[in-house]
Amino acid sequence: MDPRTHVEMARDHVLHPSNPDAQDAYDFQAFKEKFKIEMQAIDGMDMEFDMIGVDAAIANAVRRILISEVPTMAIEQAYIYHNSSVLPDEMLAHRIGLIPLAVDARRFRTLEEDNNEMNDLNTLVFDLDVECKHREGAKAGETDKNKKYINHMVMSSDIKWQPKGNQKDRFKTAICPVHEDIPIVELRPGQRVSMELHCSKGVGKLHAKWSPVATASYRNAPHIVLKQRVTGDLAYRLQQCFTDGVIEVRDGEAEVVNSRADMMSREHLRHDDLAPLVHTTRRRNHFIFQVESTGALEPDVLVCEAVGVLKDKCSRLLDQLNAITGTE
Amino acid sequence: MKGGSERDVVNESTDELLHHMHKDADNVAHPINNIEDKWRLLPSFLQLKGLVRQHVDSFNHFVEIDIHNIVKANSKIVSDVNPRVYLEYTSIRVGEPVIQNGPFDDHDVTPMECRLRNTTYAAPMHVNVRLSLSGEVRNYNDILIGRLPIMLRSKKCRLFKANDEQMAKMGECPLDPGGYFIIGGTEKVILMQEQLSKNRIIVERDRHGEMSASVTSSSAERKTKTIINMKRGNFMLKVNMLAEDVPLVVVLKAMGMTSDQEILQFIGADEQSMELFGPSLQQCAELEVFTQDQALRYLGTKVRIPRREYGPSRRTKEDEARSILASVVLSHIEVRNFDMRPKCIYLCVMARRMIAAIRNKSGGDDRDYYGNKRLELAGSLMALLFEDSFKTLNGRIKRELDHTFVRVTARAFDPAQIIRANPITQAINYAISSGNWNLKRFRMERAGVTSVLSRLSFIAALGMMTRITSQFEKTRKVSGPRSLQPSQWGMLCPSDTPEGETCGLVKNLALMSYVTVDVDEAPLIRLAYNLGVEGLNLVNGEEFSHEDTYVVFVNGTMLGVTRSPHHLVRAVRLLRRAGRINEFVSAYISASTRTVHIASDAGRVCRPYIIVEHGQPLVTPQQLRDLALGILHFDDFIRLGVVEYLDVNELNDSLIALYEKDMCEETTHLEIEPFTVLGACAGLIPYPHHNQSPRNTYQCAMGKQAMGVIAYNYQRRIDTLLYALMYPQRPLVKTKTIELIDFEKLPAGQVSCEARVCASGPRWYRRSRRIPQGQSKPPSHTTTTSGVRFCTYATRVPGVCVRFATMRHRFTVAAAIHHVHLHPVSALSHQDVLVNKEVPAGTVMEGNKRRTVYTPAPVKFKGAEGCDAYCDQVAVTSSSENYMIIKIRVRSTRIPELGDKFSSRHGQKGVCGLIVNQEDMPFNDQGVCPDMIMNPHGFPSRMTVGKLMELVGGKAAVLSGNFNYGTAFGGTPLEEMCETLVDHGYNYHGKEFLTSGITGEPLEAYIFFGPVYYQKLKHMVMDKMHARATGPITLLTRQPTEGRSRQGGLRLGEMERDCLIGHGTSMLLLERLMVSSDAFEVTACSKCGLLGYAGWCQYCKSSANVCKLELPYACKLLFQELQSMNIVPRLTLQHYSEQ
Repeated sequence: MDPRTHVEMARDHVLHPSNPDAQDAYDFQAFKEKFKIEMQAIDGMDMEFDMIGVDAAIANAVRRILISEVPTMAIEQAYIYHNSSVLPDEMLAHRIGLIPLAVDARRFRTLEEDNNEMNDLNTLVFDLDVECKHREGAKAGETDKNKKYINHMVMSSDIKWQPKGNQKDRFKTAICPVHEDIPIVELRPGQRVSMELHCSKGVGKLHAKWSPVATASYRNAPHIVLKQRVTGDLAYRLQQCFTDGVIEVRDGEAEVVNSRADMMSREHLRHDDLAPLVHTTRRRNHFIFQVESTGALEPDVLVCEAVGVLKDKCSRLLDQLNAITGTE
Repeated sequence: MKGGSERDVVNESTDELLHHMHKDADNVAHPINNIEDKWRLLPSFLQLKGLVRQHVDSFNHFVEIDIHNIVKANSKIVSDVNPRVYLEYTSIRVGEPVIQNGPFDDHDVTPMECRLRNTTYAAPMHVNVRLSLSGEVRNYNDILIGRLPIMLRSKKCRLFKANDEQMAKMGECPLDPGGYFIIGGTEKVILMQEQLSKNRIIVERDRHGEMSASVTSSSAERKTKTIINMKRGNFMLKVNMLAEDVPLVVVLKAMGMTSDQEILQFIGADEQSMELFGPSLQQCAELEVFTQDQALRYLGTKVRIPRREYGPSRRTKEDEARSILASVVLSHIEVRNFDMRPKCIYLCVMARRMIAAIRNKSGGDDRDYYGNKRLELAGSLMALLFEDSFKTLNGRIKRELDHTFVRVTARAFDPAQIIRANPITQAINYAISSGNWNLKRFRMERAGVTSVLSRLSFIAALGMMTRITSQFEKTRKVSGPRSLQPSQWGMLCPSDTPEGETCGLVKNLALMSYVTVDVDEAPLIRLAYNLGVEGLNLVNGEEFSHEDTYVVFVNGTMLGVTRSPHHLVRAVRLLRRAGRINEFVSAYISASTRTVHIASDAGRVCRPYIIVEHGQPLVTPQQLRDLALGILHFDDFIRLGVVEYLDVNELNDSLIALYEKDMCEETTHLEIEPFTVLGACAGLIPYPHHNQSPRNTYQCAMGKQAMGVIAYNYQRRIDTLLYALMYPQRPLVKTKTIELIDFEKLPAGQVSCEARVCASGPRWYRRSRRIPQGQSKPPSHTTTTSGVRFCTYATRVPGVCVRFATMRHRFTVAAAIHHVHLHPVSALSHQDVLVNKEVPAGTVMEGNKRRTVYTPAPVKFKGAEGCDAYCDQVAVTSSSENYMIIKIRVRSTRIPELGDKFSSRHGQKGVCGLIVNQEDMPFNDQGVCPDMIMNPHGFPSRMTVGKLMELVGGKAAVLSGNFNYGTAFGGTPLEEMCETLVDHGYNYHGKEFLTSGITGEPLEAYIFFGPVYYQKLKHMVMDKMHARATGPITLLTRQPTEGRSRQGGLRLGEMERDCLIGHGTSMLLLERLMVSSDAFEVTACSKCGLLGYAGWCQYCKSSANVCKLELPYACKLLFQELQSMNIVPRLTLQHYSEQ
């Protein structure tokens, strides 16, 4: 197999993790011809797509930007009026900060853009006020918390949006957390949590709560080739060594039908008779991306945003390079 | 792999609390057909006995039995002046714990209130007395005699048999083990004290290499030591009260065994014995001692005359000698009417043992053999303390009686007036809070008996309750007492011991061991006679020394002889199994010394075993099924006679199978579970049997420093220092011990995805243990490894909260509090005033009025710069001495930072060396990135294979959704876990293909990757970092202060100094040691060489030869101090250019 196009999965290490014959010179025409994006699946907040024909550097840049530089909205300030719960203020605030909010950050400005002055274009305000009480008429020996208490658990749905300025007009539907059922803290009768929450725009680099993705990652596409014909018992045993659906046995002969599905456990290498039969490699320039959005934006939108950020960064770099060399 | 993000916050339903077994009742569907499930006995045992049961039982024994015996033994105080005047205690009663708010105001108290109010958790002791004043007898009831600190969870404690709800109401954690005391608000444990057992013969070589036999006798009245040693081939006796060693034969004759033949018969009439003992007989003859009178006269000359005591007429020397023989030599053997025959025989047995040891050229007995050790527990130590202070009190009462009735006969006399509660209360409180057991009456001087219960983590508290300290000298460099003795198997944890000077001297109990309490021996003695033991007076020397004759001892006292020792021992054991005698009585045969020992004394360590007969365990599968269903309990197994306790001595006399497959016809017992040889702390380690042994020891020490939840009630506790973890998790790879000690309910650690990578960069290689950490993300919980540190600032102010206004005048210092500055939300920074306290400095006259002047003495917050701290709680209360107490609990949240210390459960500690952004972390095909990266070079030298197995086990657990077990000598097999990985599409070895987060390219190596349970240790940089340019100096030497809290300098120590000398950097040395420290300019006279002052030499009365020089202030101080001692240090001065 060509080490320029494939990474080999050897028994105890990865062969040629970097391209031995890397062409660093950038050729737009060549890029245009080779580059391809194939959408595989998009299911609500999860997405899988293939990015083909680029170097690891570019794929990685997109991944990194998705994690740390695509802006979202998250709760940044918690003004705690009352907290008699068991959690200390800092911990409560930390938990609340991590709750993803269903709001498009592109419709907001950052605080820095407004010289740290809060207004309805850069800040969202929420209220959280929950008090736990005994439920009247509960039986004496009741153990079900729902029947025994009112508000025994503060949930993300208890966070209520307080529109400011013309926010009510700009947003037709109420802004709320992505998930309603995130537990924040348990309360018991007499305990109360009351606070005002300010939400602002930021990026994952500053704090993970602003990261728009639960995770974004890629893997090099697996490429499995049988070196020779494998038949009979060996074929079935070989099939067992790979993820379901990767190898099929047709007419007693093993055949690779879907190498993409393989999890690359390298199980066959543990069997001396199976190891020489298969060549397991990964394609160097074929990245299978998985993007899991936290819910503010659809994953495909996020990827476009990430590419936009990358573009901005590139043009900024270009501007600066030009400034140095004096060319336009 | 996402399973790693499950957060197991602990407050699950508490119902499963005690009933681990009932959980297993679900599994009853699976038939229990073999006795594989015998481990089920263990939870039942722990439920019954608990880990601290030995403390509680011992204390209960004291309160229920010992204290009454002590009072009974010293009940009558008769006046010397008039024997018809006496005071007699008729009974003593220990009440319920109360707190004393004022002289007449007691109210019921819970332990929590005592902790918060800095008071003592104690119950009043009341006595009933009968007072006779020359014929007139009167009873007085309920006189307070003292306040006895009550052990938590003992029978007198309010927590005794409290259920979870009641515990919660009292603010107590239901998982708290109890077994400690609360004195002045601090929790104090009386550690178990290990010592050589009393009243037993120990034969060993003495300093001169000669054989000697010694007995430390201990009876209610006296504690003495009797030694027989060899001196030039003669047997000599050594006792404290005799000025020099005396021949053994003389002593025997003085005791009434005058016939040489009889002596020899008792010692052994065979040729070798005669040969060895012959010279001693001859020596006696040479001294011309043949009769008892002659012997006594001889001994009379050797008596060390004690200092004059009060007492009746002086006795003759012979009487003195006789009384020493009766009461000092082997004082544990009772002597009636000066019949000392039992003592004679005992001495002969001692000599016989020596001869036997000389004959087989053995070194004698092994002092470190655990059967020769006894553990002294809280109960017996408290009993000593109580007895001592009670006797002191009685002495005082006696003086009072004498004093009162010497002059007038019928003065009003109220016993309540002379029986004062304070002395006993204070003596006990002082001893427990200081740990000093100084009881002159019992010649006991011990320090460090108690220690403060460590509440750093739940495991620390638990570990402290099972701790055993040895009385052995710490500084001596002998390995014997420190090394692991084979007889400690199953009784003491082989891993849990500290490093350093107390290594091997401080030990911990294993999971199933129990320490016995005293059992009355009178029935045992009767039983022994009934079983055919012949009394000592019925046998002659010939019979006694016959080779078929076995001597029977009960608790070290010789009872008689038997010819059928096996029958006797078997009978005792059968009676024990049948429940006719106490389950903790042990009986064993020592064939080499031809003795049978029956023991019922306190302090023996023992452990339950399944009884095996004819190669079959008596425990049946049906019984185990009933156990699982909760029909039977551990106690019932004892009662059924299928499980019994064995102490170390009996253990040594049994053949015990570790597993069922090892059983044979001769097997007597079967081990319940092999992992119970480890203690509670070592029980946390998964796969400890795969680790290098010292690593387990390190983990035992580190588990105690791990942050976690210390107790359910930690929010209410106001301890000086308290650590908590924000998101504690239970380990994925657990052990049976973890379940049994409730570690899952109060965990201390988190599951972290760990990758073993050599991260690139030569600089990073240098640190051997580096843990770069991923930055926060909701699913990865490294930021949530945050801990919370609670620190309490407390102050006391006398006389503010006084309920009895008159009491205020007792205090000379009265402080005024302007106000407490805080309410519990304030953010704090360094040097903030917490309590604005003022103390009176003196008075000034203002016209005719005196006015008190106050100076500020504020309590300030001492936190590091940039440390986020908040006031968490403020408690204002009063102690029972009417001090106002203000406690301010300050909370600061600690996000992991560079330099914080972490450790896995395998003694693999390390500090965080780098914190890496999420996107830079390597990730696998699924997008999972590690929370920690550990350098694999940490493995080859440390050999913690258990950690590798934990990683695979953790990964398999996450994938399959089950917990895996890493129980010692068992646990989920590695192959099984690896197969699980393959079944879920992962690599068999747990190694994964990772992509670098920085370059985006694959990593060349496959990375061993999976979740490992990590502990965040209490050592954090924020509390440690320290630097100083200039700062405070000490007053006396003018050198910089020491320590971070005083902003001290960093010491250039001896070794560093040597290094600088070695490099020849003299100027650097000068700068470090003088210029930057305590340089001082003095004027010295070059003529007389003394220090002068301001250019003037007072000695020469001239300024002619005075010159200036610079020297360390400490040096100048030394000169002056020497001068004050009449030593004149003179400087010889020379100009440096003159050479």
